[in-house]
Amino acid sequence: MKELDELHLPDDIRYTDEHEWARITGDIARIGVSDYAQDQLGDIVFVELPAVGDTIARGEVFGTLESVKAVSELYLPLSGEVVAVNTALTDAPELINQDPYAAWIIEVRPTDAGEYDQLLTAAAYLDLLRG
Amino acid sequence: MRYLPHTPEEISEMLAVVGADSLEALFAPVPADCRPTGSWHLPLPLSEWQLDDHLAGLAATMGTGPRTRVLVGAGSYRHHIPETVRTLASRSEFLTAYTPYQPEISQGTLQGIFEYQTLTARLLGMDVVNASMYDGATALAEALLMGLRINRKRTRVAVSRAVHPNYRAVVESYLRPTGFTVEDLEFGPDGRTDVSALSGRDDLAAVALQSPNFFGVIEDLDAANAAIHATGSLAVAAFTEPLAFGLLKNPGVCGADIACGEGQSFGIAPSFGGPGLGMFGCRKEHMRSLPGRLVGETRDLEGRRGYVLTLATREQHIRREKATSNICSNQGLCALTAAMYLASLGGTGLRRLARLNHDKAHYLRQVLVDAGARLPFTGPVFNEFVAEFPHDFAPVRDRLLARGIVAGLELGAFYPELAGRYLFCVTETIEKKDMDAVAAEVRA
Amino acid sequence: MNEQPGASGLILNEPLLWERGSKGRTGMSIPASDVPAADIDPALVGAEVDFPDLSEVDVVRHYTRLSQWNYSVDSGLYPLGSCTMKYNPRTNERQAATPALAAAHPMLADELGQGALRLLFELQGMLARITGLDAVSLQPAAGAHGELTGMLIFHACHRHRGSQRHKILIPDTAHGTNPASAALCGFRAVAVPSDERGMLDPATVAALMDEDTAGIMVTNPNTLGLFEERIREVADVVHARGGLVYGDGANMNAVLGVMDARRCGIDVLHLNLHKTFATPHGGGGPGAGPVCVTRELEPFLPVPRVVRVGDSFRLDADRPLSVGRIHAFHGNFGVLVRAYSYILTMGETGLRRASELAVLNANYLKERLKSVLHLPYDRPCMHECVFSDEKQQAHKITTLDMAKRLIDYGFHPPTIYFPLVVHGAMMIEPTETECKADLDQFVAALTAIAREAETEPELLRQAPQRARVRRLDEVQAARNPCLVGPSAGR
Repeated sequence: MKELDELHLPDDIRYTDEHEWARITGDIARIGVSDYAQDQLGDIVFVELPAVGDTIARGEVFGTLESVKAVSELYLPLSGEVVAVNTALTDAPELINQDPYAAWIIEVRPTDAGEYDQLLTAAAYLDLLRG
Repeated sequence: MRYLPHTPEEISEMLAVVGADSLEALFAPVPADCRPTGSWHLPLPLSEWQLDDHLAGLAATMGTGPRTRVLVGAGSYRHHIPETVRTLASRSEFLTAYTPYQPEISQGTLQGIFEYQTLTARLLGMDVVNASMYDGATALAEALLMGLRINRKRTRVAVSRAVHPNYRAVVESYLRPTGFTVEDLEFGPDGRTDVSALSGRDDLAAVALQSPNFFGVIEDLDAANAAIHATGSLAVAAFTEPLAFGLLKNPGVCGADIACGEGQSFGIAPSFGGPGLGMFGCRKEHMRSLPGRLVGETRDLEGRRGYVLTLATREQHIRREKATSNICSNQGLCALTAAMYLASLGGTGLRRLARLNHDKAHYLRQVLVDAGARLPFTGPVFNEFVAEFPHDFAPVRDRLLARGIVAGLELGAFYPELAGRYLFCVTETIEKKDMDAVAAEVRA
Repeated sequence: MNEQPGASGLILNEPLLWERGSKGRTGMSIPASDVPAADIDPALVGAEVDFPDLSEVDVVRHYTRLSQWNYSVDSGLYPLGSCTMKYNPRTNERQAATPALAAAHPMLADELGQGALRLLFELQGMLARITGLDAVSLQPAAGAHGELTGMLIFHACHRHRGSQRHKILIPDTAHGTNPASAALCGFRAVAVPSDERGMLDPATVAALMDEDTAGIMVTNPNTLGLFEERIREVADVVHARGGLVYGDGANMNAVLGVMDARRCGIDVLHLNLHKTFATPHGGGGPGAGPVCVTRELEPFLPVPRVVRVGDSFRLDADRPLSVGRIHAFHGNFGVLVRAYSYILTMGETGLRRASELAVLNANYLKERLKSVLHLPYDRPCMHECVFSDEKQQAHKITTLDMAKRLIDYGFHPPTIYFPLVVHGAMMIEPTETECKADLDQFVAALTAIAREAETEPELLRQAPQRARVRRLDEVQAARNPCLVGPSAGR
């Protein structure tokens, strides 16, 4: 397990208290899990993805990550319609462990862009982890 | 007492280390109002030899014994069990080991169950088979629940009336509190399930047939599964006599999505109905919805092949209320026993034994018909069939019982419309002379 | 390490079944046919099943070698907490193999099965008296199956009373089967936090209990090995709001003759015969999980019931309020014969003594190990004690590492990482069939391992060194599941 100062937390994205991150490009938000999440979970063996076209509200479960001994639910940071899922994760779930920021999980079209500003900055997320 | 090794001196030493005055003092946290108020009035402890006598006394009051010719199947089958299977299954290391959670010291159990999964998958034509359920009935209930999980938007399932009545009863018990509905599918004069009632339906999550069914009739599974799939449902193929697949097309090749049933025929004594062996398999795409334990192949850190329990995130100890089932202890030793039996039988032996069962049952069926019996169902059969007799068969059956032959199971208690008809089973344990004796009594 | 059981020795390799054999070999005596061949519609006939052909010697060698790779109770101490790995008496195997019982068909007339039915009836009665409850069903095939039956009874009882309820209270220390069983009946599990002493607080239960809650599932002693001292108050709180109390009897081995379930306020209790009543675990089963209920709940028990009518025994299915049948036949009869034999052998004095010595053994280990491992709840325990890896964390050694090193010393590791409320939990249950000398050897092993954790931690991280396989890759097994041998096509 990494120490807090060893975690990689890019500051150009936002985070949630359930350890997801979101990055908005144009009208699409990419969603993944933080370095802290993948480190805590350990080797990821399976990713359960939603279907493209599903409409999911902020805070609802959109998928799960499984390690050998645990299951972690994924909570959607921004309400919206799922426009893409990262199918590479079906055959190679370990991509999330290798680079949790390159290995995005889903893309949504947010229904309320304002929700993004309510998410945690990297600094606020680090404070949360420290606390 | 030979299972309790402590001497009084040892007890004293240990109490001193613990800091308690007496064994009774160890239970101080238990309040007085939680305790029993009197004796249990159990019999005085028996010595090993008294226990032998006691069980022998119970056995003596049984109306059948190992020498009785039992011409009844109905979900519990008398097959020859090689002494090797009994001896190997009773080896301490298999018998007294726990669930293989520490794989490095449980490779015997793990490889044994992996082999069972593989042989059963090949027999049933399924991609994945689990490490066992309790029995064929609970396996069917879990198969329907699995179908309802996969076809999440639907809340109804259908089960053929030609499925074993006890299995249907268990399905009802499991589904009653859930709000899901079970409906019946009728059987026709050929003894096969009538799937025409499915036509146009789009509200069923899963449909279950049994083949060979309770009447011994081999269902037209290809046609039935096609009809089931046309409604968008999952096709569940149940069975009580898997020896049939040594001869007949297996559920997988006939299009089943889930195959589930009873494996007791494979080296497990009938034992008044338990322990049995719930066999359960499915197609690859449903693997993560499968209930029960799974053993998988892997490598260790030195590259050696080995086996571990895997995909455990489906199970109760991790997923808790979202698990695919609540099952924890299964019928592990029975699964291993079945693998030992199938290993002894071999592929060539399996075909031969299945044919022998088929031929013998057809011989009895023929000589009964020659003696005046009628066959209410026209469909093809494996090693069981239903017959009815021109005169009251009950006294004939009683005479045969007095000669050590149990001739069939009367069906009226399960199917009122089939009162007076008898379900017969013939396995390799029955000789021609026994069958000729039955026919002679019918003729008399 | 020389006084420890773990040693190196020659263990034989053995391939998979289908890597052995030769087409045409046979390992079974198949009778020659004495009847004509019967025609069969070719459209029904399948391809030959792809099984290996093996001789009897092939089969005997295969399974003999496989068995030698297993650790078992017969090999040595198997201190798995909550599993009660006590000695499985060999005479019970003989009783279960009694020919007329082993050959008995379950669906013949009652008159033909009197010996079996009498055994079931007597066993029901003995288990009722041992638990203090009134009526018993022997149908459930495992503890979890008993829990499901209990939840079905809860559901049926509330429905009968005209009040449909949707929630079940379940302590955070509960075994995973508890919420899973509740969910199967459509109940939503509501977690009840334990207090700082690791036990249920009636006030916490009262705050959560309402008229939409069907009841509570309690394990007593609980999974921390502690007797729930306030169980009667908890039961009163639940009963007062119309709820029922389910007792998970997995830890019954601690309290035979000491706990009366009915007096504790329990309405439905399951027992694990493969734990408390010495039936063998068989590498995962079969076990048996009978349910015992109060007189009030007897009408809801599964059918058929085994009843006595005069001098004979009958199966009675005429119970309109029953939850129905939950097993194809009568439960795991062969397992029930073993438990029956065990109870007849032990008698009341033997069973009470078993609990006393089980609790003595666990407390002895707790005292001797508490300087070696961190003990989160330093109070008298029942039949098991729970430690954590807190002391070893400073050396970056985990419970897993210590468990794997125990294998090298010749012991099966205890239960690890359960219950979840203790970090790095190591739950140790010796049972009463272990003698002081073997317990002392186990203490010496763990003490040596704790020392190795400080001075030579790599020995632990590389463990086990002596097992036939070492640290199997469970990640690969889950990422790329290979659940059957190579397919020859369908």
